[in-house]
Amino acid sequence: MKVPVSWLKDYVDIPLTVEDLARLLTSLGLEVEAVHYVGLPRPADATRLDFKVSGLGWEPDKIVVAEVREVLPHPNADRLVLARVFDGEQEHQVVTGAPNLFAYKGQGPLTPPLKVAYAREGATLLDPYNPGQTLRLKRRKIRGIPSYSMVCSEKELGISDEHEGIIVLDPDAPTGTPLADYMGDAVLDIAITPNMARALGIIGVAREVAAALNLPLRLPDTAVVMEGPPIAGRAAVRITDPEANPRFAVGLIEDVTLGPSPYEIQRRLKLAGMRPINNIVDATNYVMLEWGEPLHAFDYDILVQRADGQPPTIITRRAQPGERLTTLDGETRDLPPYAVLVTDTAGPLSIAGVMGGAESEVRATTRRVLLEAAVWDPITIRRVSKALKLTTEAAYRYQRGVHPALVMPALQRALDLMRRWAGGVVAQGVVDVYPRPARDTVNRIHPRDLSRLLGLDLPAATIADLLRRLDFRVRPLDDGRLEVTTPPHRLDIGEGVVGLADLAEEVARLYGYDRIPATRLADELPPYIGLDRPQREAAIKDALVNLGLQEVVTYRLTAPEREARATVSGQPRPDDAYVRLVNPIAHDRRVLRQSLLPNLLEVAERNARFVRRQALFEMGPVFLPRAEGLLPDEPQRLALLLTGPREEPFWAGAAADDMDFFDLKGVLETLARVLHLPEPLRFEPGEHPSLHPGKTARVWLGAAEWGFVGELHPEVKARYDFGPAAVLVAELDACALRDALPDRYALQPVPQFPPVIEDLAFVVDEAVPAAEVEAAIRAGGGAYVRSVVLFDVYRGPSLPAGKKSLAYRLAYQAPDRTLSDKDAARIRKKIVKRVARAVGGTLRG
Amino acid sequence: MLAELERLYQQALSELDAVTDAQALQAWRVRHLGRKAPLMQAFGRMREVPAEERPRVGRRINELRDALQQAYEAKAEALRQAELARALQEERLDVTLPGRPRPYGRLHPTTRTIREIVRIFQSMGFQVFTSREVETDEYNFQLLNIPPHHPARDMQDTFYVATPGVQADETPPVVLRTHTSPGQIHAMRRYAAQDPDNPPPIRVVLPGMVFRYEQITTRSEIQFTQVEGLAVGRHITFSDLKGTLTEWARRMFGPQVRTRFRPSYFPFTEPSVEMDVECFLCGGQGCPVCKYTGWLEVLGAGMVHPVVLRNGGYDPERYSGFAFGMGPERITMLRHGIQDIRHFWRNDARFLEQF
Repeated sequence: MKVPVSWLKDYVDIPLTVEDLARLLTSLGLEVEAVHYVGLPRPADATRLDFKVSGLGWEPDKIVVAEVREVLPHPNADRLVLARVFDGEQEHQVVTGAPNLFAYKGQGPLTPPLKVAYAREGATLLDPYNPGQTLRLKRRKIRGIPSYSMVCSEKELGISDEHEGIIVLDPDAPTGTPLADYMGDAVLDIAITPNMARALGIIGVAREVAAALNLPLRLPDTAVVMEGPPIAGRAAVRITDPEANPRFAVGLIEDVTLGPSPYEIQRRLKLAGMRPINNIVDATNYVMLEWGEPLHAFDYDILVQRADGQPPTIITRRAQPGERLTTLDGETRDLPPYAVLVTDTAGPLSIAGVMGGAESEVRATTRRVLLEAAVWDPITIRRVSKALKLTTEAAYRYQRGVHPALVMPALQRALDLMRRWAGGVVAQGVVDVYPRPARDTVNRIHPRDLSRLLGLDLPAATIADLLRRLDFRVRPLDDGRLEVTTPPHRLDIGEGVVGLADLAEEVARLYGYDRIPATRLADELPPYIGLDRPQREAAIKDALVNLGLQEVVTYRLTAPEREARATVSGQPRPDDAYVRLVNPIAHDRRVLRQSLLPNLLEVAERNARFVRRQALFEMGPVFLPRAEGLLPDEPQRLALLLTGPREEPFWAGAAADDMDFFDLKGVLETLARVLHLPEPLRFEPGEHPSLHPGKTARVWLGAAEWGFVGELHPEVKARYDFGPAAVLVAELDACALRDALPDRYALQPVPQFPPVIEDLAFVVDEAVPAAEVEAAIRAGGGAYVRSVVLFDVYRGPSLPAGKKSLAYRLAYQAPDRTLSDKDAARIRKKIVKRVARAVGGTLRG
Repeated sequence: MLAELERLYQQALSELDAVTDAQALQAWRVRHLGRKAPLMQAFGRMREVPAEERPRVGRRINELRDALQQAYEAKAEALRQAELARALQEERLDVTLPGRPRPYGRLHPTTRTIREIVRIFQSMGFQVFTSREVETDEYNFQLLNIPPHHPARDMQDTFYVATPGVQADETPPVVLRTHTSPGQIHAMRRYAAQDPDNPPPIRVVLPGMVFRYEQITTRSEIQFTQVEGLAVGRHITFSDLKGTLTEWARRMFGPQVRTRFRPSYFPFTEPSVEMDVECFLCGGQGCPVCKYTGWLEVLGAGMVHPVVLRNGGYDPERYSGFAFGMGPERITMLRHGIQDIRHFWRNDARFLEQF
């Protein structure tokens, strides 16, 4: 909300600079995000201010109130005039093109003169053509006439973007006075949180300031002179749904003359972000900004006309099916059935709490005004405002809650302002239908309760004082408690434990958050309930990082096409096979991922343009719809990707080979080892929609399938912008891995006796998997076989066709003695026999 | 004979002087200290020496031989040193050539920052609790004191998940969580289940990914992480909140860093606060990162709202608690001067490699 400081000062005398006032408001929970200076001195140094700064401080000696005494034609230009301006000291001739002076051209001396904002030679003004920049008035000639000063528009002074005409001040503006003294201002732009609805009126903000500074709040006089014939019998009100419309009141003013509001009022409305319309509408807006209660003005004669000359009856009710209304912005709108309408016997007049209708709005010819002040159900207003995409000042306030007690002061205040600005006579009395009187909450709190929440011991008297400053009624009870009644402008204070928390906030806020001590937690420590998943996941990530892989984190949101791109078929699955968004922000981020692999490929593809070697992993959830229940499964997955040379390029030696299947397999095997998985991983040939059919392994973790590892299928690879190097990927079940991590593991004794090392090569059929040969070696040698390392695979002319030779370096060891040559020979014999029987292998001579 | 031997000795020494390599040294050794060397043969010629002279001559011969042997060893060592010096000279590297690059793995910057935040809270007795990312409206909003149509829903633009059977004009019951706060309810209910009549105290931190319906720009993302925290017990106060978070800030940003607490609003806390830390880049003097305010907004917090406590299974008459939430990406950006939040999920190697 935009709050002009001058307006705020109508209700409380503020002995602070603008900057300190802004700081105070922020410390109260009314965060001042920006200050726009409109005449008051702008701080020279903008550092260490908690808000953005804009606008202009008006130089007191250069920018003053002046009077235009006569407007003369410019001798050389039709679109310019010469103004005779008296600035309190002397008369100046000013060249201007302001269209609103043209009417006075050649009229002779003006009585009374026009009061204007006058900038003397050398004055600094905002540059109307370069937002945020300033310029200095310099002496020059305009169409042959010397010019050194100017009469200002609002834009040059930072009041508004109005640049066509010059400002014409109210007639009582004192000529010669510095303009900053007359109407210098600053506008505080306050972010109002939903709990601060009471500060959506300037009085509400003033009340907070008064409470904080312990100063009196000066409310405007809402007494109104009612001299016209009584309203009774001339307008009636019927509420059909008190839930939706707890209160509705109308007043009547007759013989008004529509016209512009006083300049001072227009200026305030503009600074507060509203457009002045006419004195009647301006009065409703002015009072809404002042009290926070929105008002609406109807042309009474049109209502009478709609009622066929009878006194109108206002009926508030829900919309009927198919009802439409043309609102005062000219749009014809279909009304949802839950919308509440202000109607008369002829049909809808306005969308309650949101926007008035075009037909019954006040216009230049309006003579009689029926003024509405009402309160509406916040949820209804919010739903309607959302459904119609219609955000108005009224709807904004109503959906945050307006206290029904504000209806009367606002209604009377606005009638009084109309009477003063537009003339006319106010009818005696008002019609006030109030079927649901608000009940202000009452809390009984003990200082002990507050200290339990705040950790701050305040005496009851201090608490009472702080709350009273905010207009709470506080009555001490015999048992030491305070009975605290919420003031009739607030809807945000609950009852019971909620009320206690709400009041604790009020006390803490006003006492000052910074004055509350800071203490270390002294409460009992919680029990351990076995939350070890995050630790286990961290252990896996750490192991992968130690293996040289870079962690990445990618978007959870993707598109079926993006996932299909990573498969040979390329066929996207229907959106419904995914967890799908109702309101995606982009078409290619409309479902939740079901695999990490496509994202990892996209990351590698982007990076492939400038790095050759990539080693990446991501660990995170995928989202799998479930047939039952509302929520999907979110299993954690782990995906890995390797591509490019095994080592970074170096100036010595040959370039490294590209990584292949066995690099990634090696990562997985090492991972399993360093994480102490109880069983080694098993790899068996497998197939996967993204992978090379001959270079894919299914990976088993114990008895459970863990995932797959392989080389990207050439068809898939061709869809991405990769270089020639193979792309190796794996996607694994991270939950299974996490759960397989042992809580503890036992160490093998360090051998006391030296091992016997020997190399054996077996010739086997090409089709025999190496894993089976190794298994046979281990089975044959039994416990003596301490390690089996395959160090060569040979195929060539010295072997029969269809055969390969696998050469192993074996270590035999016994825990209790040094093995003899004879022992070794016996073990070897058993191994050779077992390999022959299991896989048909023969020892290579 | 002795005179001849003395002369030979002198000659051997001068020859040794001329020796410059190992081969010549070897030849010299054969010539002067070998079996056939005159000095070595001199013992065989002792007959020529008168008997009474023999002990003196013999001693002298021994002296000469030992002297030659020593001279030889000294020479050999000198030659070895010279050879070593030459070799070392020849093996000299250009130490300014680049080293051999080693592959090095790194955690994602978000993971690093989350770990740093979490580790500090762990040292204060907080445990890590994680929960799901697709949530019901109930957990994401209603149980957190944000009923349908509450204006606070405007503060968090929400991605809604399609649910079969839900009409277009109804509010869908499933959302991508907009904050990690639903984890508060999950955590409270899990702890309360331990002993529903007397629920145990809680101290948890809840890191995780959250989602907002926002345009992706340099300042806003559709997903980002949060670290939420929750402490519930019988004697937990607003001053504990201040003390705990101030202590965290000092450990995170430096022991001198000052903090500031301002009233704020979150539907699930009351009272609510925002904590600013003094800008650690400029020491509070004002710089572009803190927008010349000297302060950085770092986290939101508050005392857990009684309704939320009750929804979690904790009686607000007997228990109180505080909660807080912060954004690891924002903290990472502030610390490293990162201008564009989109770097985090783009995973550009040139970005990630700098951590």
